This record gives sequence, C-alpha cells and structure tokens, in this order.
Amino acid sequence: MATQVTFRIWRGDRAGGAFQDYTTPVEEGMVVLDAIHRIQAQQAPDMAVRWNCKAGKCGSCSAEINGMPSLMCMTRLSAIDLSVPVIVEPMHAFPVIRDLVTDVSWNFQAKKTIKQFKPRPPDAADGTWRIQQADVERVQEFRKCIECFLCQDVCHVLREHNKHDEFIGPRLLVYAAALEMHPLDTEDRVSDLRHKHNIGYCNITTCCRQVCPESITITENAIIPLKERVVDRYFDPLKRLFRIL
Amino acid sequence: MPEFQRFSYDVLVIGAGGAGLRAAIEAGAAGAKVGVVCKSLLGKAHTVMAEGGIAAALANVDDRDNWQVHFADTMRGGQYLNNWRMAELHAKEAPECVRELEAWGALFDRTTDGKILQRNFGGHRYPRLAHVGDRTGLEMIRTLQDHGIHTGMELHMECTVLSLLLDGNRIAGACGYDREKGRFQLWEAKAVVLATGGIGRAFKVTSNSWEYTGDGLALAYRAGAELQDMEFVQFHPTGMVWPISVSGILVTEGVRGEGGVLRNSEGRRFMFDDIPDLYKEQTADSEEEGWRYTQGDKNARRPPELLTRDHVARCINREVKAGRGSPHGGVFLDISWIKERMPKSEEHIKRKLPSMYHQFKQLADLDITKEPMEVGPTTHYMMGGIRVDGDSQMSNVPGLFAAGEAAAGLHGANRLGGNSLSDLVVFGRRAGRFAAEFANANGSVTIDEVELQTTANAALAPFDRGHAGENPYQIQYDLQETMQNLVGIVRVESEMQQALDAIGQLRARAERTGIAGNREYNNGWHTTIDIGNMMIVSQAITRAALLRKESRGAQFREDFPNKDSEWGKYNIVISRSADGEMQVEKRALTPMPNELKKVIEEMK
Repeated sequence: MATQVTFRIWRGDRAGGAFQDYTTPVEEGMVVLDAIHRIQAQQAPDMAVRWNCKAGKCGSCSAEINGMPSLMCMTRLSAIDLSVPVIVEPMHAFPVIRDLVTDVSWNFQAKKTIKQFKPRPPDAADGTWRIQQADVERVQEFRKCIECFLCQDVCHVLREHNKHDEFIGPRLLVYAAALEMHPLDTEDRVSDLRHKHNIGYCNITTCCRQVCPESITITENAIIPLKERVVDRYFDPLKRLFRIL
Repeated sequence: MPEFQRFSYDVLVIGAGGAGLRAAIEAGAAGAKVGVVCKSLLGKAHTVMAEGGIAAALANVDDRDNWQVHFADTMRGGQYLNNWRMAELHAKEAPECVRELEAWGALFDRTTDGKILQRNFGGHRYPRLAHVGDRTGLEMIRTLQDHGIHTGMELHMECTVLSLLLDGNRIAGACGYDREKGRFQLWEAKAVVLATGGIGRAFKVTSNSWEYTGDGLALAYRAGAELQDMEFVQFHPTGMVWPISVSGILVTEGVRGEGGVLRNSEGRRFMFDDIPDLYKEQTADSEEEGWRYTQGDKNARRPPELLTRDHVARCINREVKAGRGSPHGGVFLDISWIKERMPKSEEHIKRKLPSMYHQFKQLADLDITKEPMEVGPTTHYMMGGIRVDGDSQMSNVPGLFAAGEAAAGLHGANRLGGNSLSDLVVFGRRAGRFAAEFANANGSVTIDEVELQTTANAALAPFDRGHAGENPYQIQYDLQETMQNLVGIVRVESEMQQALDAIGQLRARAERTGIAGNREYNNGWHTTIDIGNMMIVSQAITRAALLRKESRGAQFREDFPNKDSEWGKYNIVISRSADGEMQVEKRALTPMPNELKKVIEEMK
C-alpha cells in the first residue's frame, strides 16, 4: 500500500546549499535509493546521486541517512521512522560535488602512497605458490571491503579534524592490513604506518567498524594488530635497549 | 563554441572493469602511454558482481581437465556458433591468466595441498572454477585495480563518452565529458579498446548495474564497426522478484548446487516435467538421486534444477504463465527443505551461501534457512557485441579493439557460468597487447575539429529544450518495458514487430529530451546520452532476433521452437549503412580447422 513519505534532501554544491523537502509515495520493500530515484525521475531530474549496482556490492551510493552513514541501496524504509521527514545528505568527510555526491578522489590518491603487494618468489616446482586455506581465510575479511568509504566518513580524525594529508583512515588501514597479512607478501609497511600514515592518530573509538556494511571488524582485526606491529618495532623497551647496544 | 580539455595517448581504454583494467595494464607494460576512461569510480564496475568463479583448466581438482575439454565445453555451451579461435585461445590461456592474478595478490580458496581450489559449475565437465567464496569478481577487480594504479595509467573517472573519433577510416580517439563539472574532454589516441560491458539496463528486470547501457556497442556501431550475435541475451533463471524494488538481483546458481529446489504454487517440482532429450542421460530421474548429486555422490546424476540456464528460465516462465507461480510472479526456490535431510541445516546454509542469506535477510526480510525464496528470470549477460578478430580483438575499424562482454564471439549462443571472468583477463590482455602494437606501428592521428563541435553541440541540445522537452527517465522506463514484454525470454514475430515500432517512436521522443539545471553532475543529462545508446542496442537485438527463425541457446522463438541446423551455419552481423540505416545480414561461420573438429568429436 502506497503511503506518502517526505524526504528532506540536501541540495547544493561547494558554494553551499540547503535541505529541500520532497514527498513521494512509497511501497513495501523499498529502500532509500528507490525513493531517491523516484523523486529524481518525477520531481528533480537534475538531482545528483551516485549509484551503480544497487545490490550492496559496489559501494557507490554512500550517504548519511538520518545522520547515519549508510548505503542508500541497503537501507530499507521499513527500518526507518517514516512519520517524520527522512533526512538524506552527502557524506561529511569529503568535499561535496553536488547534492548527494561527494568528491572521494582523495581515497584513491592516498591508496597509492601505500607500498604495493610484493610477493616472495614462487616456491613450488610448477612456478607457483602453495598456500594453506587458513592463511587465505585470515585476510578474507579485509578483502571483502567494497570501498564505500563510510568508515572514512565517520572517522573523527578525517571528519572533524580534516587530517587527510597526514592520516589514511580506516579503509586504507584495512587495505594495509590485507597486504601486511597476505601470506605471500614480503614488503615492510610498518615504518610508513607510523611516520607517513600516522596510525597513532586512531584512538580506537570503533565508529568505523559500526558503520561497515560488510561487517568487517576494522578496529579489532585490522587496526589494532597494525598498531601492535608499530609498537613492537618502535616502543618495545627491550628492543630499544638491544638497538642501543 | 564548446571548449575541450585535451589529452593524448597511444592507447585509450574505455571501461575499467576486468577487461579494461587488464587491457590497460598490458598496453602499459608494452610501453604505450595509456589513458583509461570509465563511467563510474574505479573499482565499481560490474565485475564486482560476479560470484561463482573464473573458469580455467588448471586441473588442480581433477587431473583429467585440460584446454581441450574446456574448449569443447565452451563450444557445446555456445551451440557451435562461437568464434572457435577465441574459444581455443580462451581455454589455452585462462590458466596462465589466473596464475598472473595470484602473482598480483589475488587470493583464491585452496585445496588441501595448497593449490587453487576449483568448483563445479553448469556445463563444465570437471571442477574448473577458481573462486573465493561467493565474491570472486570483487577479488579480481580489486587485484587489477591495486596493481594497475602503480603502472602509470592515467585515469579519467566518472566520464560519459559521447562519440568515437575517426581519422579517415582509422580510429583517432574519443570525446565526452566529465560528470563532475560537465567539461568536454578530447582523448586523442592511436588505438582504442572498448571494454564497456553489457546491455542489461535495456530490460526492466536485470541483474546488471546502472552502467550497463550498451555504450561501447553503440559507440562502435556508429563508428562503423560490425556487431554480431545480438539476438543472444542470457536470462538467468533465478533473480529476486520481491520486493519489487530489488527485482532482478541475482540469486546464485550455487543455491541449486547446494540442494535448493524449484517448486510451483502447487508444491510440485516442475523441473522434472520437462527434461530435454539431449540431457535425459545426464539428469536424475528421482528427487533422491538429485539430492545425492548435490551432496557430492559421483555416481548420481544432476537434478533437473541444474539444467542449462536458458531451459530453466523458460520452465519458470511457463509455470508463471500457466498460473502456477508464486504470489509475486515467480516460482519458489527452497533451500530450507534440506533440514529434512541434515542436522544443523541452518548453519550449513549460512556457511555455504553467506551473501545469499545476507541479501534476502536485508532486502526481503526473509530467512532462507526457514522459508522458500521467490525467484524469476532476470536479464543477465550479452553474448553478442562487437565483432572482432579472434587473435587480436580488433574490429573491422582499424585501431578499434574490444574485449570482455562488449566483444562477441567467445560464447556463441549461450555462455557457461565462469567463462566470463576468464574472458575478461584472457582477451583484455590480448586487446591491450595488440592495441599497443597497433599504436606503435601507426603514426599520429588528426582530429576532425568540426565533428568535435557538432558532437558537443548535439550533447548540449537537451539543455535548450529544458522542461519543455521529454523526460529522459520516462523514455528509459518505457524502453525497458518494451524490451521486457516484447523481446524477452520467449519471442514471437508479431511481438517483435510491435517492439520495433515502439522503439521507433521512442527514438523520436529521445531526440526531443529536455533537461533542467546545469552541466555539473546532472543525472538527467547522463540519462539522455544513455538512452541514445540503448535505442541502438535494443533495435539491434530485436532485428537480429527477428531474422534468426529458430530457437538456439539463449534465443527462444515460440513461432520457431526448434533448432534448425541450417541456422547453425551463420552468425547474424549488424552494421550501419552509408545512409545511416541498420543493416542486418547472415554471415557464414569461418570453417573450423580439422584439429579442433577432432577435439570436439573426441569430447562428445
């Protein structure tokens, strides 16, 4: 049964903008992106929305729904209070391009600063590697990341303090963890993590883990083990002593 | 006069899914200066949606597998309309391409002795699909993306390509605009690789993402390239049908592989009612035997739910039309029933089908371990595309290459699951290599500045019409309805004629689209360009489907329900005549060399 619901959508660009109300009929089973599409097709053809797969697999339609960083395609209207306007706005940690679309290109540039995968030489007779399933599974969780950047959006180091030039954020720490724990990788990223990527800025508030649509245990499984590697190398008093000797 | 930002490359790759990225990496490795233009952000292309795996005869699980078996399986699946050279190269080179992905950091599931694990899939004789859980496509695109960004390719993300440019009859690059600001861009290039994927968005119910509007096919067609096999659109039998807003999203074949059964509203397993003679020998004759097959009994035959995709899709269609469908116009796919057969079935289902469990729980509020799903056919894959040379992937336009779903040939009349991801890397690599060679062997190009201005002005016309013009979203919706209802899974001449008339009217409307606002990230504007491409593709599908008066592979004609051996000698080729009209013709298959014929005979 169609009911009329009001969506309060942020419209504007870098110069500024404002919320605008659109009322549209909704039916059972709809997600927020469906309502946005309907409004776009019928009331606001030039409204900027970024989306692609509409199945929670590509991570394009990230936005903030009633203040919560979410994928618009995976947020069902039945999970939201529709008696008051539904507030939809762009992610805050990135510059707005227009309406709901933000400029996330920084993430792609920052990724390039992380040293790439460097495998050990093949060790099997046929010129490949033998890897145990347990070693594959250890990093599977990190490799599920769909790069929606919702974790970056909620991270206060980026969102409140704008440390984009100094800190790579949870997504890229997960990426670094996937490389560091890759069973074939031989590269050393520990020094970079401390000095260049400033992993120390993260004070493990776990906000990133709570918004991850892939339920990656970002803080506990990726960031903390990386912090431990940094601590082991640079802050272990015994090792320091050895280095001096 | 519209201004253009200008870029110059040896090789321009359009599309950044698996095929495009693999082509760009290869061209770069060959020393070419490479530009990549893509419609979305990097890493979001439709490749991320692939679930099952990548087919390659690594023979890790069954040592009887080799390229000959893979070749013969692919040809049989394609009903022998395939470009045999492509099928041969694909079978031979896929293993190397999988190992290459591993060397770049991809992690596949393993066998107990530490090799890449391979799984069974429809139409493949032996376990052949390298995979990682049910997210192989994501693993592949992320690997190519993370490797590619360190190879020096220049990326232009979120761009719309308006037109390919020619210098004489040779390719000279492409022009378009960036979505962010709407600034026109000229990408001059000595060679161009089209890797733009498929056409699913021309239909209402599809598993394909937003980008799949047939852009590469339409661009190539307008530039004089030939299209082939356009009548062969694969409808996957199981997509979600409810809620309406998520209809079309894929429900993996793996559900049936794990023992899921199809039932109609009367509770009957209707797939047992119609087993084609060709498959009788290989199909279980009791529910008991089918169950044993799904549990790994090598002496049991497969349940009829695992017959080829085209057949299962048509059976579902028949049940729905006969009034035996589920409440929302599909049939029931039930995996929860296995609780009768095994303890702890709930955990088993969640472990084997994690993303399916998650998908239904989140989008349909349905627990697949407890209740049946509702499913129906969904537009999934385009076998047809740009006609290319099997070795080099070059089209009939010098310097214009195509790879992946945008190219035709490998899959013939029907694609086997798993052969798409391998297609991307095998032919992406070849297209990249030969495009770099072509660029190296041929001098610089001259851009036709008048043509450039004409293209830009035409692209801006909808702004002049503003609110007075036609709504592009409505035209897109109407086209999808037309294709879904009239050129879908069961085709008949009268309906397709009706579709052609409708497309003609929609084309006229598409020429009068109007949009408000400015050029910055204006989705309405992007849609006006998309629908132009979808019109060409839809017309080509319909014209080819009309001409092929038989049922074969993915094409089912109600008025010609049988396969006709005479039609097995031809591909249908589509091109644009000098006066701009669409030409559709039969083109005889290239004779297969005897050694390949022998391989097929031996595998029969």
